[in-house]
Amino acid sequence: MKKMIILTSVISSLVLTTVAQARDSISIAGSSTVLPFARIIAEQLGKNPNFKTPVVESGGSSVGKKGVCDGVGTKFIDIGNASSRMKVKELEYCEKNGVKLTEIKVGYDGIVVANSKKGKVLNISKSDLGKALTAKVAIKGKLVDNPYKKWSDVNPSLPNVEIRVYGPPTTSGTRASFAEMVNEKGYCKKDADAKAALKAAGMKAKKCRAMRTDGAFIEAGEQDNLIVQKLNEDTLAYGIFGFSYLDQNSDTLQGAVISKTAPTFENIAGNNYSVSRALYYYVKHQHIGVVPGVKEYMAEWTKHWSNDGALSDAGMIPMPKSERDKFKLAMTNLPVLKAADLK
Amino acid sequence: MNNKIISPSDALDIVKKSIVKRRSRDNRLKLFGRIAIGLAVCFLLTLFYSIFTKGYPGFFQYYVTLDIKFDRERIDPKGDLSDNSLFDGEASKIVNESLYSIIQPKGRKERKIAKKIVSSGKDVRIAKMVKNNPSLFGTTAIVKFALDDDVDSFLRGYIKRETPENERRISDKAIQFIDKLNEEGRISYEFSDYILSGSASGNPEMAGIKGAFIGSMLTLSVCLLIAFPLGVATAVYLEEIAKKNRITEFIEVNINNLAAVPSVVFGIMGLAIFISIFGMPRSIPLVGGMVLALMTLPTIIISSRAAIRAVPPSVRDAAYGIGASKIQVIFHHVIPLAMPGMLTGTIIGMAQALGETAPLLMIGMVAFIVDVPNSVLDPGTVLPVQIFMWADFAERMFIQKTSAAIIVLLGFLISMNALAVYLRKKLERRW
Repeated sequence: MKKMIILTSVISSLVLTTVAQARDSISIAGSSTVLPFARIIAEQLGKNPNFKTPVVESGGSSVGKKGVCDGVGTKFIDIGNASSRMKVKELEYCEKNGVKLTEIKVGYDGIVVANSKKGKVLNISKSDLGKALTAKVAIKGKLVDNPYKKWSDVNPSLPNVEIRVYGPPTTSGTRASFAEMVNEKGYCKKDADAKAALKAAGMKAKKCRAMRTDGAFIEAGEQDNLIVQKLNEDTLAYGIFGFSYLDQNSDTLQGAVISKTAPTFENIAGNNYSVSRALYYYVKHQHIGVVPGVKEYMAEWTKHWSNDGALSDAGMIPMPKSERDKFKLAMTNLPVLKAADLK
Repeated sequence: MNNKIISPSDALDIVKKSIVKRRSRDNRLKLFGRIAIGLAVCFLLTLFYSIFTKGYPGFFQYYVTLDIKFDRERIDPKGDLSDNSLFDGEASKIVNESLYSIIQPKGRKERKIAKKIVSSGKDVRIAKMVKNNPSLFGTTAIVKFALDDDVDSFLRGYIKRETPENERRISDKAIQFIDKLNEEGRISYEFSDYILSGSASGNPEMAGIKGAFIGSMLTLSVCLLIAFPLGVATAVYLEEIAKKNRITEFIEVNINNLAAVPSVVFGIMGLAIFISIFGMPRSIPLVGGMVLALMTLPTIIISSRAAIRAVPPSVRDAAYGIGASKIQVIFHHVIPLAMPGMLTGTIIGMAQALGETAPLLMIGMVAFIVDVPNSVLDPGTVLPVQIFMWADFAERMFIQKTSAAIIVLLGFLISMNALAVYLRKKLERRW
């Protein structure tokens, strides 16, 4: 009996380990904002008979950045997608695991606040938008729980409609970017009252990133399509999501004008629309040449990322030519990402 | 005490009244039962109605008919029909030229709009055709190509002509071209040959469920091959062979607990053991099947034990009585008699595994995978994951495709359950 047990366990572990061979398709994971663009590139590369189509996993920016840094070896992913830049702490984790990365920026994505065409266009300053959605606001020099029920309470020029905004959950990079750009930089760092109140309370502006939890901001899940559907039914509500969803639904939805700039392709590309962020992917050096097709995958991006390429068709905002050239060069030179680059 | 003596006629009255009461109570119960079933049927019908009406159009899409000249030198420059040669060929240019000859676009800008009307899978379609039938070379044939998803949405009426041009995803010029094609009778609405035989794609008009379907089959096969023998063996051991003591009780409690563990936990375990320790690749159906097997094991063990317990002891006693050994009793009598119950439990467990996505998230099977897996070692995904991913994509044509995929998944589930009912009916024995 004992012999049997030992024998079966030896055989099964042998079987399991022989399965562990080298991978022949690229493994990518990360931001769900980058995914629709990465899947276009992956599919294009897969058309080439010399390479298998890369496997693109979703999961969120943090999954991409952590996943690529987990270690060297084909059981780890080769490329991590992210809709927010790597932080020094995240890079330290990478260095601890002996992973060398190259950062490639691929384009931009605007975050829009949109509502149904049946409602009014929201014309709001970034500061007011933050004031309406952040958890704590400054009133009479003190930070208190956000008391505003209607948009007109925030600023009398805004519509007399209840504040009801659908947005992504905490795991989302879209939400993190929105909270940083609007709540923190738009409101807490610009509004004089807020600055004074923060100073009095001895708090940093980062504390402003929390969104309201009293029902004015509603978490609608990772799926942006759900928010789009809700806005079509609930014409008084607003939603926060990536530009590509507004672009696909431009006949039923309209984007809010933020700080006098409408969320159009041209405005985001021209860096006029302030709520936008860059999209990145991080390539692991040690896997280039080990997993077939990594270099070709990188090169494939350069064929589609221009102004009239397939990526901009899918809603990605292209980079200006100078930046495109810079990152195209990085694909061949492969500079190692260092902490100093991230400051 | 005051036991009143009632006359027989009074007693008869009381009994008669109580009978009426009892009957009405009886009827009420029946009525409630019928209402409950009626409600359940109503909900089911509404669910099916909404899924079928939404999903039915997903099986169809718009095609354009073009005359294609199969010029060997241009399609297959090396002349050996290899993937590389066809990849180097300019099949999509030939398709575009044929399209231009009908709608006559002027200038580079118009040609660019025209080019986008036909799906980008045109070159793949031609490559497939000549591979299957090289005699096409040198001839001119009529070929149907899928239309781009925006054009499809326009023809379905989701994108309206009345909407101002800058608010819709399709330009006035493109609409003019489409009208021209329509006038010539070149546009047709047909059963989609992509939905069932295509694989995952970023272009909704080319997306299909083949990859996910095969991935599901591979994953479930692995799951069944591991979970069924292990589960039945465990159940037989615990019921027939093991002594009832503290240890077996402890094991029993743990199996019951395991059945209630959230499925995502099995995924985390799969990541820790199969991928991190054994170093197996991510995203492969083999790992997925093993994780799902761990998840369905408790279900199979519990139902198998119940089935074994339902075998009458007299059967065992009779077998022992004529001198059968323990193993003979188990293999000749207990297992065959308990088989219907075990199979039902297994199929229900498999149906549950078929619908799972959470445990697959951790091991990388929730992913965009284009290539159809050929074996359990190729990256693959499963049907529910495909549905989940399509539901989130921005392109509008994916909405119908999502419902269509749900119909396929439902069909799969219903046939599995039907199989369970059939097997039970066929193998069942009454005593």
